[in-house]
Amino acid sequence: MLKLGKKDFTLFLVVAVLAIFAPFILNPFPTDSAMAQFNAGYPDLMQRFVIFGILAIGFNILFGLTGYLSFGHAAFLGVGSYSAVWMFKLLSMNVIPAIVLSMIVSGLFAVVIGYVSLRRSGIYFSILTLAFAQMSYNLAYSVLTPITNGETGLQITLDDPRILGITATADGGIPVTNLFGLEMRSFETWNVGPWAFQFSVGYYVAAIIMLVSFYVAIRIFRSPFGMMLRAIKSNQNRLYYTGLNARPYTLAAFVISGMYAGLAGGLLACMDPLAGAERMQWTASGEVVLMTILGGAGTLIGPVLGAGFIKYFENIFSKINDQVVHGWVSFLPDGLEDVVVAIIHPFVGKGWHLTLGLLFMLIVIFLPGGLVEGGKRISALVSSRRNHNAGDAEAQAARQQPPAE
Amino acid sequence: MGILEVKDVGKRFGGLQALSDVTLSVQENTVHAIIGPNGAGKSTLLNCLVGKLIPDTGSVMFDGQSVLGRKPFEINQMGISRVFQTPEIFGDLTVMENMMIPLFAKRDGIFRLHAMRSVGSEGDLITRAEEMLADVNMLDKRNMHSASMSRGDKRRLEMAMCLVQEPRLLLLDEPTAGMARADTNNTIDLLKEIKAKRPITMCIIEHDMHVVFSLADRITVLAQGTPLVEDVPEKIKGHPKVQEAYLGEHA
Repeated sequence: MLKLGKKDFTLFLVVAVLAIFAPFILNPFPTDSAMAQFNAGYPDLMQRFVIFGILAIGFNILFGLTGYLSFGHAAFLGVGSYSAVWMFKLLSMNVIPAIVLSMIVSGLFAVVIGYVSLRRSGIYFSILTLAFAQMSYNLAYSVLTPITNGETGLQITLDDPRILGITATADGGIPVTNLFGLEMRSFETWNVGPWAFQFSVGYYVAAIIMLVSFYVAIRIFRSPFGMMLRAIKSNQNRLYYTGLNARPYTLAAFVISGMYAGLAGGLLACMDPLAGAERMQWTASGEVVLMTILGGAGTLIGPVLGAGFIKYFENIFSKINDQVVHGWVSFLPDGLEDVVVAIIHPFVGKGWHLTLGLLFMLIVIFLPGGLVEGGKRISALVSSRRNHNAGDAEAQAARQQPPAE
Repeated sequence: MGILEVKDVGKRFGGLQALSDVTLSVQENTVHAIIGPNGAGKSTLLNCLVGKLIPDTGSVMFDGQSVLGRKPFEINQMGISRVFQTPEIFGDLTVMENMMIPLFAKRDGIFRLHAMRSVGSEGDLITRAEEMLADVNMLDKRNMHSASMSRGDKRRLEMAMCLVQEPRLLLLDEPTAGMARADTNNTIDLLKEIKAKRPITMCIIEHDMHVVFSLADRITVLAQGTPLVEDVPEKIKGHPKVQEAYLGEHA
């Protein structure tokens, strides 16, 4: 199906179903319940899940397959956002040209950065990409202010030409991003009993693009090109003496991966049309590395899981403040309650980085293959237990059987 | 004219003259062995042939074209494949995937962006890879993770990877180094089988006399960076100069 193997097609189908039904799946708790703050099914966050999923899928094509650890992918994210916002300023508020331009510009950027950085491998490659990203970040803040609008960030205004669109709406407001008239920010709320499910146009546009990106990534993984990339990770010496030049392969992987990042950056701007330099900062580059390793580098689904995991933590876990914790442990005697809250305090709310960091350490140490390896181990455990039980039953049956003679 | 013509090759590393005035000619469809004691310059010579080193003087012509200054992958594309002293394979890939890479290299050249094509749809290449694996008795291991195989199997796989490219010259760098006698004999048998199945030109760099005398059609003896003699195996065995430079060392 769709030129995918059976297993890959099933995986794709699962991701598609999850993406389509995300507004339900991520909203398991009734709106008024105490658990409602763990709901992640609101448009803004769901958009982040899929957009950062795209970023991680692209990063994984480079890092997961070739083993080249880029520490500057945020540069492409930022470039993508700036390109998209410029398209909104100059051309129209339609998201299609914005997305196309963000991919082209980030691709060109990746050619230049990749051409230089890929002269080295290992840690030197990582440092070179990091240097380029920091350079872009600092330039965006200072010298390139005419293009990036410096500290304020690039925004759409009422003076923008928008030659194919409208400069201002009929009532004098700034027009909003749309897909042929379908506004990205518009959403439907569907009330079912105590639950409220939100279906946003922006989310579904981003989700469809994520599914296309995911599909392309699967095809790349199963292609001769993908195999070459794995061969590069495995033994470059053998590759050279087999008549293949690793450089153009790694550069192609780098550019594809950079274009994925540009696409993600462009989509971020489509959902919220502003772009700031902080999107290019090294912490943002580090975040995508974390996502990929946390989910499982080199696996298809891993990066998407990792992106969801980190974004959930960033947006949900960080909102658990002391008051909320007090609410949870209010059944305890007063003195004890304060002690418990004081213990939990550094791990939640603003301290969510600590919990994430600890989890990351645990996963890297005990599950080097990330969440995907965790999933595999659990399913192996379950199936072996099932076999074991089946074996027991057989043994019991055998015992009850009278001897043949 | 041989398929490989090495003429007056010299290579210096600082104060050490590793090779001087090396001239030899490898004829098509023969097995040519280069032997010599440790430090004779065998590996340096091989590295000059495959593009890893560039000689200071002299010329290396393969099929009428100079290989000097070309990159290893360009030299491979000219038709020279190489087997390493310790097997170099793609350890993270399966045996079958290891076989597909050289086939892609042969068909598509040094770079081709086949990103939207599936490996599974390359029927012709898969058939050829399977035939080659059958030839080296490894078809049953086709889905094995290649890093987990024994050293002997890795050696077999590496040879299959080189042979599937149908090279015009196969270079072997001490293919039996560090092997037990039984494994050495297996490797000799494998090479004999390969030779019997199709016409092939091989150049073997070897330390082990047993291997050399059971395979080679012609032998060049290298000592202190220069060829001492070049002749058929029978004549080499009794040659006084060889006795002195090579066998005498062991006595």
